Amino acid sequence: MLNEADIGKKFPQVVADVEKGRLRFFAKAIGETDPIYTDEEAAKAAGYTSLPIPPTFIFCLKMDVPRPFENYENVGAPLEKILHGKQKFQYYKSVVAGDTLTFDSYIADIYHKKAGAMGFLVEQTKVTNQHSEHVADMISTLVVRQ
Amino acid sequence: MIAYDTISPGDELPELVTDEISRTTLALYAGASGDHNPIHIDIDFAKSAGMDDVFAHGMLSMAYLGRLLTGWVPQSAIKDFEVKFTSITQVNSKIICSGKVEEKFERDGKKILKLSVDAKDENGNIKIIGCAEIEFD
Repeated sequence: MLNEADIGKKFPQVVADVEKGRLRFFAKAIGETDPIYTDEEAAKAAGYTSLPIPPTFIFCLKMDVPRPFENYENVGAPLEKILHGKQKFQYYKSVVAGDTLTFDSYIADIYHKKAGAMGFLVEQTKVTNQHSEHVADMISTLVVRQ
Repeated sequence: MIAYDTISPGDELPELVTDEISRTTLALYAGASGDHNPIHIDIDFAKSAGMDDVFAHGMLSMAYLGRLLTGWVPQSAIKDFEVKFTSITQVNSKIICSGKVEEKFERDGKKILKLSVDAKDENGNIKIIGCAEIEFD
């Protein structure tokens, strides 16, 4: 059961490297065939210093920890009860292979609907790169069946 | 690159139709995305959670919508991308991604397009609705 008292709670920071091999695997998994996402020469010809990350991939690297769902379990949102309700990205700078990203997340909101049967957890994440540049923000809304 | 001046509100993006989302697709997406939630890849877990079968990651369909956008404008022009997941996507669905220019205006010297986007299955059932903001220099 979600508890409004957890609003503002910070989750442990995640640091992840952006790797070329992983980006090629991701491109294959989503059916992306534009060579800028898999061929470094094509990426450079398009003006990137290495392979760019596809728009939603930034969400994935935050899960590069041994137990990515533990944060939610610890606030009353076990894996078998959660669904992804909404996702928002705001992009400020390009991210390419070779970058190292830091994810700082906190619980921006918790609320309930349907007389408490449905809980909503809003997680906000600031993403910065190895130069301390703010590259993106992510806002995820999880729906929790309670 | 799409020329800003030639775009008008009401213009539609070229539709993107994916291959069928097989169980292999879900296994590959789980590995590549790092989202190892067993609800998408382990039917035993899905049943224990009250589902009839595994179902696709919502973020896989959002990634398809991302392809719709990056197939139309350079990725660096995408400033804002937001979706709501409205229903679960079953295994063996094909996803049809659509987008439309809703607004065109200038803000702080930047040329902005606001798009609406959605992802449906082949039966026309909406899976995701959302919007994106594109910025031209």
